[in-house]
Amino acid sequence: MNQTLYSPLIFELSHPGRKGYSLPENKWKVAHATEELPETLRRQGGLDTLPEADELTVARHYTNMSGNNFGIDTGFYPLGSCTMKYNPKINEELAALPGFTELHPDADDADVQGALELYDTLQSALAEIGGMSRFTLNPYAGAHGELTGLMVISSYHRHRGDAKRTKIIVPDSAHGTNPASAAVCGFQVVQVSSTPEGTVDVEALKPLLGDDIAGMMMTNPNTLGIFETRIPEIAKLVHDCGGLMYYDGANLNPMLGVCRPGDMGFDVMHINLHKTFSTPHGGGGPGSGPVGVRSGLEAFLPGPVVEKDPATGLYRRTSKPDSLGSVSSNLGNFGILVRALAWILAMGRENLPLAAKISVLNANYVKENLRDYYALPIEGICKHEFVFDGMRAEYGGSHSDASHITTLEVAKRLLDYGFHAPTIYFPLLFHESMMIEPTESESKETLDKFIDVLKKIALEARETPHLLRTAPQSTPVRRLDDVKAVKDARFTYTPEVN
Amino acid sequence: MAKVIDGLFYSESHEYVKVEGEFAYVGITDYAQEQLGNIVYVDMPSEGDEVTAGEEFGAVESVKAAGDLVSPVSGEIVEVNEALEDNSELVNQDAFANWIIKVKLSDPSELDNLMDAEAYRKAIQ
Repeated sequence: MNQTLYSPLIFELSHPGRKGYSLPENKWKVAHATEELPETLRRQGGLDTLPEADELTVARHYTNMSGNNFGIDTGFYPLGSCTMKYNPKINEELAALPGFTELHPDADDADVQGALELYDTLQSALAEIGGMSRFTLNPYAGAHGELTGLMVISSYHRHRGDAKRTKIIVPDSAHGTNPASAAVCGFQVVQVSSTPEGTVDVEALKPLLGDDIAGMMMTNPNTLGIFETRIPEIAKLVHDCGGLMYYDGANLNPMLGVCRPGDMGFDVMHINLHKTFSTPHGGGGPGSGPVGVRSGLEAFLPGPVVEKDPATGLYRRTSKPDSLGSVSSNLGNFGILVRALAWILAMGRENLPLAAKISVLNANYVKENLRDYYALPIEGICKHEFVFDGMRAEYGGSHSDASHITTLEVAKRLLDYGFHAPTIYFPLLFHESMMIEPTESESKETLDKFIDVLKKIALEARETPHLLRTAPQSTPVRRLDDVKAVKDARFTYTPEVN
Repeated sequence: MAKVIDGLFYSESHEYVKVEGEFAYVGITDYAQEQLGNIVYVDMPSEGDEVTAGEEFGAVESVKAAGDLVSPVSGEIVEVNEALEDNSELVNQDAFANWIIKVKLSDPSELDNLMDAEAYRKAIQ
């Protein structure tokens, strides 16, 4: 009932004159925007449409609405390539310490030694985990890290006086952010195809290499969850032509503490703290995308950098002359850095590889239990995630039949059973991609329930397909019109005119 | 099954070419629109731009994915289909009637590198 009473928009719950506060009489001069602010800085109308409601109504409205949200604390969230692992509560406790929350970004270095030490401790921990020389923790998110990393590559070539290198090679299985980041950085994107086994086609790569190649971006394991075993050979080819290797850290989770991008020949990498290092993700952000570089590239990292003065033993923020500049205000999303370091220290060196291995075990367990029901295009052991190409033909997933059961319908039906949908229609290598990543956080019982439900959905598809066609039935809103959402987007409230 | 029209030329990246004299109409195939799903935006070049065979000239975005448009032919763009600016769903309704660009062919021999309808039917099976 509460859902119904308080679920209208806050604008629709508005009554003129209602408010949740009372202010004492103003004894001071009243400032009017019309007198104090130039025309260009003043809101042009619209104030009269701001909602007016009492505090209790506001509290119920938002409390009820928050119950409609789905997060890792409410249920299983197998969103492929997103590593939706548990965000331990101790991270939040530590990040909420007043010493961190009350930091001012412009405080004197002498007054924030603890925070600077935390930054330096985390950067050296990530450098050890990644096999890199140094990290900047300043970028705000994964794609921001990619852009920063590519700017490092660009700075490196420019610093050598080599202006010919205008191209970046990206595999066709790459995350869409790779070509996008390269384009934003001013590079031309060259695509390299995959083999039928789902890994980079080394023979197709060779003819692309030349003195116009600035570098190559790779994800390992790739977006199909397959480990790229020919990395040393690929790295040698790219290095021999003068390019650098960029590691997209989106899929670092199954390698954590087991193997290192730096040892595989990568020169620059980013890490998503909000994936691999247990900080909030998916509406709960913000993110953080630290960038690491091998020895010899440190000078190009963005400022400020944190370093310890050997003479005084004190930490300080500085900027380097060859730095690519600043990519963020100050030291990035600092609160996220606190959470990531808390997780690393709680896990310890001995347990980080365990997280990686269990994430691989969980993914293979789900895959092997479902392969008789869903089409598995790539055989073999996957790493932390895997991709189905829709439902198997005998359950109604045949692609040659126009009325086949689609991945979208399976994803929508999963919502009815209380699970978040997997990533769908990515990677683009298959028509009905369904990308599942369970992470190490989930218990066997949860995985078994998920497997049972996906089997049940396959049986429904064969016997009662309308349940999939009309799903979801049990969510606050049903099937959304995603075309209208894109083409007729409305970002401001306008009252219904009757 | 996706529609394939005889007499047109087809590229591996699912564009079609319909030749009329020295001009060619370029669009995406019925198979491509079917795979993309509901198309919400077509990013088109401008009239007068040059296109090169094998290079991108725009992009098409659907609720599922975004893909580059790769020109199967070279030449000058003499017309773009402006109707698609506001009504991208026309491509879903009839991909062959709703071409994207009209090109004045600079090298008609490039058409020899493309597939005919029969070869394209096999390619999408």
